Amino acid sequence: MSTDARLDTSKVARTNGSTPATASKPNRAGSLANWADERLGLGTAMKKNLRKVFPDHWSFMLGEIALWSFVVLLLTGVFLTLWYNPSMGHITYEGSYDQLRGVGMSEAMASTLHLSFDVRGGLLMRQMHHWAAMIFIASMLVHLLRVYFTGAHRKPRELNWVIGCLLLLLGTLEGFTGYSLPDDLLSGTGIRAADGFLKATPVAGSYMSFFLFGGEFPGESVIPRLYIVHVLLIPGLLLGLIAAHMMLLVYHKHTQWPGPGRTEQNVVGFPMLPVYAAKAGGFFFIVFGVVAIMGGLLTINPVWKFGPYDPTKVTAGSQPDWYMGWPDGLLRIMPGWESVIFGYTISWNVMVPILIVPPLMLVILMLLPFIEGWITGDKREHHLLQRPRNAPTRTAVMVALMTFYGLAWAAGGNDIIAIKLESDINNITYFMRVAIFLGPLLAFWITRRWCISLQRHDNETLLHGYETGIIMRDPQGGYSERHAPIDGRRAYTLTARDRDHVLTAGEDTDEAGVAKPNSRTERVRAKLSAWAFGHNVQKPTAAELEAAHHHESHEAELQSGLDHPAEGRAMDDHQLRTVDEAPLRER
Amino acid sequence: MRLLNRTAGRLSRHRRGPLAGLVVLLLGLLLTGGLYTALSPAQAETQASETEQVAEGKKLFLASCAFCHGKNGEGIATVREGYQVGPSLVGVGAAAVHFQVDTGRMPMANSAQQAPKKPVVFNDEEIAALAAYVASLGPGPAIPDEQDYSIEGLSEEEREEAIARGGQIFLTNCTACHNFNGAGGALPRGGYAPSLDGVEPVHIYEAMLTGPQQMPNFSNGNLGPEEKRDVIAYLESLKAAPEYGGFALGGLGPVSEGLFAWIVGIGGLVVAAVWIASHTTRSTRSKADAS
Ligand code: HEC
Ligand code: HEC
Ligand code: HEM
Repeated sequence: MSTDARLDTSKVARTNGSTPATASKPNRAGSLANWADERLGLGTAMKKNLRKVFPDHWSFMLGEIALWSFVVLLLTGVFLTLWYNPSMGHITYEGSYDQLRGVGMSEAMASTLHLSFDVRGGLLMRQMHHWAAMIFIASMLVHLLRVYFTGAHRKPRELNWVIGCLLLLLGTLEGFTGYSLPDDLLSGTGIRAADGFLKATPVAGSYMSFFLFGGEFPGESVIPRLYIVHVLLIPGLLLGLIAAHMMLLVYHKHTQWPGPGRTEQNVVGFPMLPVYAAKAGGFFFIVFGVVAIMGGLLTINPVWKFGPYDPTKVTAGSQPDWYMGWPDGLLRIMPGWESVIFGYTISWNVMVPILIVPPLMLVILMLLPFIEGWITGDKREHHLLQRPRNAPTRTAVMVALMTFYGLAWAAGGNDIIAIKLESDINNITYFMRVAIFLGPLLAFWITRRWCISLQRHDNETLLHGYETGIIMRDPQGGYSERHAPIDGRRAYTLTARDRDHVLTAGEDTDEAGVAKPNSRTERVRAKLSAWAFGHNVQKPTAAELEAAHHHESHEAELQSGLDHPAEGRAMDDHQLRTVDEAPLRER
Repeated sequence: MRLLNRTAGRLSRHRRGPLAGLVVLLLGLLLTGGLYTALSPAQAETQASETEQVAEGKKLFLASCAFCHGKNGEGIATVREGYQVGPSLVGVGAAAVHFQVDTGRMPMANSAQQAPKKPVVFNDEEIAALAAYVASLGPGPAIPDEQDYSIEGLSEEEREEAIARGGQIFLTNCTACHNFNGAGGALPRGGYAPSLDGVEPVHIYEAMLTGPQQMPNFSNGNLGPEEKRDVIAYLESLKAAPEYGGFALGGLGPVSEGLFAWIVGIGGLVVAAVWIASHTTRSTRSKADAS
């Protein structure tokens, strides 16, 4: 207990000086908290976690967008369940939407129309739910990109990366099942496509389809089944995985950008309470607000215009939601190859774009940290982030994957592109067939060169200072630009990175001339390592820096003859944070 | 002239009737006669106005259309594959001419995959004359009348039924090309089904009746006149109804929704994240200043 003379104890204890102090009666909230703490021990656990330090950077909040949009999904989804009726029973619509009154449809569709037109706030909730779903999955993707580009997937966070990939998969499936629930023309078209995909599986296809639909497509049971998957099964899994994701985050502590005072052993940032909680909580309201505004102002999935599902109908612009767009695009550009083996038709045209490539991409995505770990042979823990340019090959790999994704995605909107750009849909398809292979390679090459050039530029800045924009004329009449040295923190930040090590394969044989067991994989690894890191530009050595600074001060002396000094400081980089702004460090 | 058109319209409507063959024969004779009168200097009093209109139409036709469709509308054969100078207009009817010229598609400016809409070149009288002339080449559907596509005369209840029925017909027959919202869609080889937004009812009726380009011909045998009327009633009702969900985003479906989710949703939230992250420093700085 503090014995500070200034401490005012009158709030917590009464004393008349001659009798011992008694604790004042705690207020209600206090006693309740005390009651709970004595039984649950929350206080001690919270004390540590509430002071947990989080570093601060906008890109660290991308994952939060996903978290908060998931919360919005839960809230709006529960509202929808109160009116939505997952039944394929046939009824005649008699609600207030004129254009469909008297039309026969499933109860699922009718209840969705009821939600849209006859439940107060129902359409807003439907649209918010759908916009939140789109944002949920999009934010997971941008979050994933941030993690990968900054190297946050490296040891010890590989498993959290895998959890993230599973969240992405489950979110996509959740979105697909939700999209199917209203039983309108588009969702029916989507289910029918899914039925086709199942049936394209060799041998087991028709059995799987019959199992899902409880008989022949469309049957009577698919909507009730998808409903349970949508409101119970996947949300449960998502909640569990999100909890695991967050627990690992707290356990590993957040990564941070390198800078003065930031090491692999500490975290510099703000405590959970009050700063970070306020910011995160505020961000929830922003996410909620953006979703609410979009739900209120922008039409999404106007099921009343699609009308009820009917296998004889189809509409132009039948696309899945955006996150299913890239497999759809692959499907659209795939040539119609089929082969017949032992009387079974193998539909490559469906299998390759739907059943082979997307799962393969997911596996590649999950394995990325492990592949990288194997090539670098790096077993250290990493808590300091890397700038994308300082891992040129990694950055280029992700840009290549993004290019592939983007092209496939664009192919999924080929009809819309054709009308909006007044071009020929066939030509777009031919173009995409080539671009899907060449584009990623080109993107890889350009990105890697770009990163390496940026690395070179960083070294230049370190060695010769930054360009002040001041042009000087020497007595001979030649012009040169004056460079001024960068300040210490900036130099520290630029050099706060490891040198890359290119692995070399050991001898193939040991001293006795016997082939070593792992020499073959080791040679492959050495080759990959040389390919991945051999071109990188390493930061200057201390001696190089020393020499450069020596040269610089010499130059400064020469310039001191000027009657007014060349002022370049004004152009210093102010974006970089200073340490005193980050008041807390955690060990 | 209206009379002639209407006769032809009725004819096409009842083309499958038992007397159709006879009527066609009679009308063919009538038209040959009409054509003869149009071309010969001698004119009978009663047919004066009609023949004048046809003659006027022919003049316009020769000036603006003949170099693609032939001097007598017989069409000009394909020069090379995929390139069409102009198809024969014999039997396309007044409805086709009215549709093509009144939407600005004809006269086509240059041979392309599909004639785009342009500002209309002719006034109503000239269009009527052109239509009369082409109709005189061979029997075809006439320009529909207001009462053919209007639901004004129906009771409130009948109207609602007509609209709901029209919606289902539209979804069955048209959305595959024109999209659920009538926003249009792409077709193979650079073709496209145009947006139906702002298209006049008479043109919708004529489009169904004549099936321009890659659009199938919904003859009255396929889609009765009342069903055509209902489709139009449905499309008009969509126009009259508010956008219940807010901005329709071009009515293009999930593609534009995806774009908005990324640009407005993710874009806006990333801006918010940058904003929040850049604002903590200020609060601590002021604290530091105070101490
Ligand atoms: C540059 C050549 C060209 C000119 C000039 C032209 N057309 Fe056409 N026309 C075409 C082509 C090609 C088509 C078929 C493609 C289409 O409908 O878009 C066509 C189609 C038509 C059709 C539809 C035929 C059907 O089967 O339904 C009508 C009616 C028509 N033209 C009338 C006219 C009239 C009337 C004029 C003069 C005002 C005219 N065209 C001038 C090239 C031309
Ligand atoms: C196979 C595809 C297809 C179907 C089905 C189809 N259309 Fe079309 N439609 C077209 C094409 C292509 C055009 C453009 C023709 C042109 O520009 O010459 C068109 C043009 C039109 C136009 C003229 C629009 C304008 O801008 O002037 C209307 C109206 C129209 N269609 C209505 C309908 C209706 C109503 C139905 C259903 C009964 C229907 N279409 C079914 C392909 C289709
Ligand atoms: C990751 C989470 C989720 C995603 C991605 C998601 C996605 C979707 C989508 C895209 C729809 C179609 C909406 C429409 O346009 O009509 C939908 C419908 C629906 N969702 Fe979800 N959802 C999620 C979570 C939930 C939860 C947690 C619940 C309830 C507990 C729920 C309940 C519903 C219901 C009842 C519908 C049908 C209502 C209707 O279509 O109008 N959802 N969902």
